[in-house]
Amino acid sequence: MTPFAALLRKDLRVELRTLRSLPAMALFAVTAFVIFRFGLDRTSLDGELAAGVLVPTLLFAALLAINRLFVAEREEGGFDLVRLAPVDRTVLFAAKASALVIYLVMLELVAVPIFALFFLDTASGLLPFALVLLLADIGLAATGTLISTIATMSSARDLLAPLILLPLLVPLVIAAAGAGEHLLAAGGPDYGRFGTWLGLLGLYDLIFLLVGYATFDFLLDD
Amino acid sequence: MERTALQRRSAEATPANRGLEPAIELAGLCREFGDRTALAAIDLRVEPGQNVAVLGRNGSGKSTLLRILAGLLRPTSGAVSVLGWSLPKETHRLRGRVGYLGHEPLLYRDLSPRENLALAAALHGIVSDRAAPRIDALLEAVGMSGRAGDRVAELSAGMKQRIDICRSVLHEPELLLLDEPEAHLDTEARRRLAPLIAAGNGRTRVLVSHERGTAAEAADFVLELG
Repeated sequence: MTPFAALLRKDLRVELRTLRSLPAMALFAVTAFVIFRFGLDRTSLDGELAAGVLVPTLLFAALLAINRLFVAEREEGGFDLVRLAPVDRTVLFAAKASALVIYLVMLELVAVPIFALFFLDTASGLLPFALVLLLADIGLAATGTLISTIATMSSARDLLAPLILLPLLVPLVIAAAGAGEHLLAAGGPDYGRFGTWLGLLGLYDLIFLLVGYATFDFLLDD
Repeated sequence: MERTALQRRSAEATPANRGLEPAIELAGLCREFGDRTALAAIDLRVEPGQNVAVLGRNGSGKSTLLRILAGLLRPTSGAVSVLGWSLPKETHRLRGRVGYLGHEPLLYRDLSPRENLALAAALHGIVSDRAAPRIDALLEAVGMSGRAGDRVAELSAGMKQRIDICRSVLHEPELLLLDEPEAHLDTEARRRLAPLIAAGNGRTRVLVSHERGTAAEAADFVLELG
């Protein structure tokens, strides 16, 4: 088994065994939808409002997992384990980001149908929107893993992760919500600027994957 | 630490290792944490296959020295060479050739001992065909076969120490750095583990302890810190 596969399997196995992140993320998202439903006093959302509720809710739910991403590495010696092994240390970045993408997809498999049930009159835009969410997940995972690593090394980690991460995620939210505005429109999906938003998300993903790859080794130094 | 005493029992290199690079060579090693000096001007030369005991009271810098030798911590100043590689510049070349046992076990609490060792084997590039029998043999050697499937969180401190020792020797390192390996171990466990963590056969060992004992008696060198 490759080091990447071993580290990814470890994370998924621990999550499956302890259920520390996924249930909390799903519960947060569903609770937020309930609050929006009563707060907005609306039983139906479309366009920019639908995307404006769904995308930030998923993002804030993701913060719960991002905050916990390196807890075991910090408290149980996982960083030293990787530092001592003859592996490229970015393998840990790749494994953690992949685990986070899987958590986010699992979250969306639960949260998006519930959102549709609560607010959408038509679900025809959800299939193309899944592609938007997948690209957003990759960018969120790359940025989240990077910032979580920095925050883990600090004593103010719970505060630091959201404070640094949220501003960095603004372009991602703009692109994902921009795509969602057209895909979740009242009359059915509009693909007018779909390619532009996908391109923007792809560029964001590429930049932060490269930044993570280039800096992660340095971040793991003492 | 103001004073360092180096007591040399066998100062001459043995014929087998004469002419080889020293396993460890330190010259004026210093490490500071802010205003506090943990290690000051440490000089040391260890030949391959030798067994070194590092003694000192609590806070004398023993664990810091071990982490620097493992490439886990950068020295503030001084020259450090381990297995012929200059640290911290060539730390990446050292990885996989050192076995390190720290104060805290490098074990995931929610994995079993077998899963932890399989992860360590994968990180060290030991292929599954070789890893599984090696893990079984180590677990058997430390008397942990019966608890190999339990979560580490459910094990006692001594059991965790046994598993962590297995992890540190799993990849058959050339240099073994052990921070109080006998902590939490009963007499029977110490007897079982002694052959696993012995120096010799090309393996150099640095063992840290806060008290004189069998470790110091068996050592070629005793380095006293503090």
